Amino acid sequence: MNERCAVIGIGQTKHTTKRDDLSLAGLVREAALRALADAELSFADIDAVVIGKAPDMFEGVMMPELYLADALGAVGKPMLRVHTAGSVGGSTAIVAANLVRAGVHERVLTVAFEKQSESDAMWALSPKYPFQPPLLAGAGGYFAPLVRAYIRRSGAPLDVGMLVAVKDRQNALKNPYAHLHLPDISLETVKASPMLWDPIRYLETCPSSDGAVAMVLASEAHAAKAPRAPAWVRGTAMRSEPTMFAGRDQVNPRAGIDCAKDLYRQAGITDPRREIDVAEIYVPFSWFEPMWMENLGFSPVNEGWKMTAEGATAMSGDLPVNPSGGVLSTNPIGASGMLRFAEAALQVRGQAGEHQIAGATVALGHAYGGGSQFFSMWIVGSEKP
Amino acid sequence: MRDVAIVSFAQTPSLRRERDKDEVEMLAPLLGEVIERSGIPRKEIGFTVSGSSDYLTGRPFSFVIALDAVGAWPPIEESHVEMDGAFALHEAWVRLQHGDIDVALVYAFGKSSLGSLRDVLVTQLDPYYTAPLWPDAISLAALQARALLDAGLCTEREMAQIAARNRAKARQNPFAQLRGDFDVEALLASPYLVSPLRKHDCPPISDGAAAVVLAAGDRARKAVSRPAWIRGIDHRIEPHSLGVRDLCRSPSTTLAARKAGVLGASVDVAELHAPFSHQEVILRNALDLGPNVDINPSGGALAAHPMMVAGLLRLGEAASRILDGRAKRAVAHATSGPCLQQNLVCLMEGDP
Repeated sequence: MNERCAVIGIGQTKHTTKRDDLSLAGLVREAALRALADAELSFADIDAVVIGKAPDMFEGVMMPELYLADALGAVGKPMLRVHTAGSVGGSTAIVAANLVRAGVHERVLTVAFEKQSESDAMWALSPKYPFQPPLLAGAGGYFAPLVRAYIRRSGAPLDVGMLVAVKDRQNALKNPYAHLHLPDISLETVKASPMLWDPIRYLETCPSSDGAVAMVLASEAHAAKAPRAPAWVRGTAMRSEPTMFAGRDQVNPRAGIDCAKDLYRQAGITDPRREIDVAEIYVPFSWFEPMWMENLGFSPVNEGWKMTAEGATAMSGDLPVNPSGGVLSTNPIGASGMLRFAEAALQVRGQAGEHQIAGATVALGHAYGGGSQFFSMWIVGSEKP
Repeated sequence: MRDVAIVSFAQTPSLRRERDKDEVEMLAPLLGEVIERSGIPRKEIGFTVSGSSDYLTGRPFSFVIALDAVGAWPPIEESHVEMDGAFALHEAWVRLQHGDIDVALVYAFGKSSLGSLRDVLVTQLDPYYTAPLWPDAISLAALQARALLDAGLCTEREMAQIAARNRAKARQNPFAQLRGDFDVEALLASPYLVSPLRKHDCPPISDGAAAVVLAAGDRARKAVSRPAWIRGIDHRIEPHSLGVRDLCRSPSTTLAARKAGVLGASVDVAELHAPFSHQEVILRNALDLGPNVDINPSGGALAAHPMMVAGLLRLGEAASRILDGRAKRAVAHATSGPCLQQNLVCLMEGDP
């Protein structure tokens, strides 16, 4: 009982530091209504709603799906709330797709959001665990040592991170929904920006955004009736591993490697670099582009930085990575993973506008979270599987 | 739909305050127990999913550290809902429908004692119009009870009888927190906590955890002699705004019951997630349960109420009565949100 599933509607908000023109309900509704309009459907056509976001402490609302049920047209329907750390946007889309693929529902609305202006994400990302010293350094403080380990292992030149920071911000100029539009971005401006967590400079980090994204997922029968080209789900995968134990490789985590292998197997992909046209991957700090290139099997270990340095991941390269501008340009945390999944779908539907990769038929969406321990990924294609 | 069954269930005792163990320490032995009881080797588990809430723990990502109790190495396919574990079980049931895996592990944990629960739950409410007024959880339930009394749908005496009956049944449940024989007249003579609710109408504050193993088709038949087959499972949500709901009814429970095939089915046992005594009346009506149904043989949520767990406990308690042959067909119900906003209903059955 494994039904086909396709993305038939996509919508997102304009992402920015503070959407003080909208309530939480208004924010998710803006994205949901755009996704429904894209699919030419209304809330009445939706069977179930699956919503995801990162910790409730970001907005100070416990289990906010209860309050958001009215705004998302969920009344009288099943509503599920997913939370799997930073990978949650991706996991939420997968949980929604699973409902369609299991044959339980025909048309599912899935939404992910974060309104980070409601709180201080640095605080909310610095949990205090018993018997452990408080880190109080946010995500950057956690990940900087992993980046340093990567540079030491791979011998990558120190400007690779800055190349990613420039490339993704230049891509974001082509995406009207992106949070950061920095027309003057250059290697010089990145180099001149303050060092936050060595070797990560200010302009090599993601912003803190308010934003939401939504998708309508449909069964084969309903995809056939969709007004615009569907993006077919060709595979989905999730993997988790514990935060820390002796010998754990946090630079190139096994959960990511296993997740990608499972994904490619489902999609029938044997040579990802050749067979995947475009990738939207979760890069909150610049150096994670080369690190994930290796983890995802696009490059041999310790050579991912060469793809960045050679321009392979630029929009003109053989594997464009994050033509939307990525997490480095837009980061409503709970939505960031689903934005990757949705941007991958936009590409194979030919709807990515100025940041469209010509002829893209197979795309990867990727998200990760926690201490590089939770992974969710999907492959979407223009051809029915 | 593919046949999927609960093949084992385990729970910790529900305690007013678990002082000695953190969440991982509560879960680790429990998960070992539920897996061993299923007779299925741990490596056969194809999907793991849990339910919990950061707001109980008072820190973000509380489920992340709980993963240490699972032994997620090599890496596992795993998910989490910020909901009661009953909804995690629904996600696992959906995942098993795909047919590529046969076994799933579901768990839930909640230490309700870590904060002032009735105040913590205020943060579930509309943050612009309702939460700033700080209507605490017991006051909202009292509002619902008052509506029910005013409509003539129950009496304070019936509410006391429900509390006494649940806690009397809980004497048979070694995991329950509040149990014993209570005199209805004495209960009615006690003062109001929040009128019209007295203390006995309210659930205890509980710390606890629960876990379930699900298996599909032949794998379930091979594992145990009498799997608790899930014949139907569905959940529905109502508007959040209390002003647009009829608090005397639970249309989402009725709808979920219809989708799950419960309405009209004859069941032996019903495990209802009714944290407040008057809510049992609403749920009984919504599910149209006959007079011969054994309601809450475990003692229900009035005897033990670990947040995020109490719904999964209902599914587990109902299943355990099928697994051991005491019941042929059972209905289990779980709720979430203020005044029964969101409801899940599951119909389970043993082989004849």
